[in-house]
Amino acid sequence: MESPDSEEHTTPTTLDRIGHGCRCRVVGVRAAGALRKRMLAMGMVPGAEVEVVRAAPLGDPTEYRVKGYCLSLRRAEASLIEVTEEGR
Amino acid sequence: MREIRIALTGNPNVGKTTLFNALTGSRQHVGNWPGVTVEKKTGRVSHNGYEIEVVDLPGTYSLTAYSADEVVARDYILEERPDVVVQVVDATNLERNLYLTTQVAELGVPMVIALNMADMAEAQGDTIDLARLSEFLEIPVVRTVGTRGEGLDTLLEAAIKEAATSPHHEHTIGYGDDVEATIAMLADALSTDIDLARRYPLRWLAVKLLEGDENVLDKVRGGPALARVESILSSIDSDEYEAMMADKRYEAISAILPQVRKANVRNMSPSDMLDRVVTDRYLGIPIFLALMWGTFQLTFTVAAPFMTMIEAAVGWLAEFVAGSIEPAWLASFLGDGIIGGVGAVVVFLPNIFILFLILAFLEDSGYLARAAFIMDRPLYALGLPGKAFIPMLVGFGCNVPAIMATRSIEGEKDRLLTILVNPFMSCSARLPVYILLAGTFFPEQAGSVVFFLYVLGIAVAIASAKLFRSTILPGEVSPFVMEMPPYRIPTAITSLRHMWSRGSMYIRKAGSIILIGVLVVWALASFPLGVEYGSAESFAGMIGHLLEPLVAPLGFDWKVAVALIFGFIAKEIVVGSLGVLYGTGEETLSSALLADPGLSAAAALALMVFVLLYTPCVAAIGVIRQETGSWKWAGFSVAYGLVVAWLLAFVVGHSAGLFLGGI
Repeated sequence: MESPDSEEHTTPTTLDRIGHGCRCRVVGVRAAGALRKRMLAMGMVPGAEVEVVRAAPLGDPTEYRVKGYCLSLRRAEASLIEVTEEGR
Repeated sequence: MREIRIALTGNPNVGKTTLFNALTGSRQHVGNWPGVTVEKKTGRVSHNGYEIEVVDLPGTYSLTAYSADEVVARDYILEERPDVVVQVVDATNLERNLYLTTQVAELGVPMVIALNMADMAEAQGDTIDLARLSEFLEIPVVRTVGTRGEGLDTLLEAAIKEAATSPHHEHTIGYGDDVEATIAMLADALSTDIDLARRYPLRWLAVKLLEGDENVLDKVRGGPALARVESILSSIDSDEYEAMMADKRYEAISAILPQVRKANVRNMSPSDMLDRVVTDRYLGIPIFLALMWGTFQLTFTVAAPFMTMIEAAVGWLAEFVAGSIEPAWLASFLGDGIIGGVGAVVVFLPNIFILFLILAFLEDSGYLARAAFIMDRPLYALGLPGKAFIPMLVGFGCNVPAIMATRSIEGEKDRLLTILVNPFMSCSARLPVYILLAGTFFPEQAGSVVFFLYVLGIAVAIASAKLFRSTILPGEVSPFVMEMPPYRIPTAITSLRHMWSRGSMYIRKAGSIILIGVLVVWALASFPLGVEYGSAESFAGMIGHLLEPLVAPLGFDWKVAVALIFGFIAKEIVVGSLGVLYGTGEETLSSALLADPGLSAAAALALMVFVLLYTPCVAAIGVIRQETGSWKWAGFSVAYGLVVAWLLAFVVGHSAGLFLGGI
């Protein structure tokens, strides 16, 4: 009861550090301005569950599944999204 | 007959354009929204005694002030007050689509939802309870399948009925007690601005202010509510509020969904399986390159016979006119000027139509998003977005459709940069010049010389991109936040319409500029009256003599200068012009050039470099003007090209001169 969900799992990290096939939960978005608005609109809101689908052939960008659809982000953008890992 | 106005809104990739086409058929008008390069499409349809105007708003994910598209969509709904807003929703992707619904609903306009691609949702085993969804949202929901025209009548009836039920309250979701209290405070403060309160829903203004929307704050500035609004806003962190409110909207959607949709749990969709191959670490790039090679081949080999036919027809017509009309200057005006000018516009049509048909197919199928995904990494390193790859590649064929193909690039700066470096990709019109000069002066190494020119063009494009990024278009490449839509089989009619709207835009917008350019060059070559077309005595010849000192350091004389002026129409004309100026046909031009002591081998190399890089042709300038919306960038492109061409031709010519015995 005392501790919210996020603290039961691992410590917060960023989305670019999550491995392929793994799931995680968004804690916060550190981007500012237009990029922040865009990410929020695309479903990267606190509490959203994200699955890492695959990376592009040259390693960047990466495709994620969120809110029932697929979204791709560069590593630079993914590193602005704080998440907690939830396992495979 | 009563008239109503419907605005179509929705996320990108939801079949909005298909639905728009199915609704309005051929009664469409395509233009631009005032002040921006965003496409504006309107159409008309009659239904049950109503004359309905349908306005297709740009596809957006939300209604913040994030991009020109969003501002256009939002301002239209708020300022132009359509009678009803129809949101096209992708039934296979309800969660994110309904996010936009929550935002449109806050605007307090009558609204109808077209639950589109309903057949695909059903095919994958989802069942959606339309009545319950409508009940939860307090918005009528109609099932549609745009590709087959299903549900259109029901949609129009729902829209007509909804337009008649006024006044309308805004239906919104609750943001929780704390936020609601602040919203109420802000709304109360805003209500003192009577003018503002009459024009916009107060709650919407308050919500946007909490999210830190500068655009809305500007509306409040100068009004009586500003002081109170600012004092309320100064006490809150709008970033935090913004995230909280986005979260609440998604939360409201998550609460509704399980009650209206029974989703079939799938392990792996066909789309997923295809992506495994198409974006595979080893196969992804080869597949991409093969598809691009195929696109290029199809565009230019299929178009080639049509282009030859058009050229022949134009040539025949010009000759016919020249032979049958008196006086000679009128014949020349009609033949070389008007017919030549129209020909210069029409000759690109096969290329443009075929390329846009293929691109429409790739885009509608969902592959274009994968191409951007695959190519983003290497292009990002050059300061360009992943979507720049296709325009760059197409540039090798023709810069005109290539520059038009930059439309899929979202960031305005990224797009401008891609347009400005495109003319350095050596188009096929430059090849005849290389073949003539390399074949004449470097018969043994002609292949290597031509290869060098293509590589030089790419190098200049990359260097220019880097230069522009650090000077006139500073900043990073726009963030890459791109939806990967599921693969779909495009319908022929959609792809054909797509092709037609781009192609006809080229004729209407760029066509007039190209025609004027050709007429100006014709006048220069024909006046003063009585001179031989393009001879030393014509204005063009005089300008050639005038320019001679300027190009002399490159090893060019006045004849080359005149040929370069004509090359402005289309670069391959340089060859024909040299033929005229040397007084020989194209067949014997080679030996005439070799016999000219004024043109050394090094100078010929410099000339090829110059032709590669100098001003884009008049058609390319026309589309740069059209696509950037300003003469400023078209002029910049000409000036920059000329300077770069002169400098590099000088360096290459003189370096080669060291080995070849002088320039």
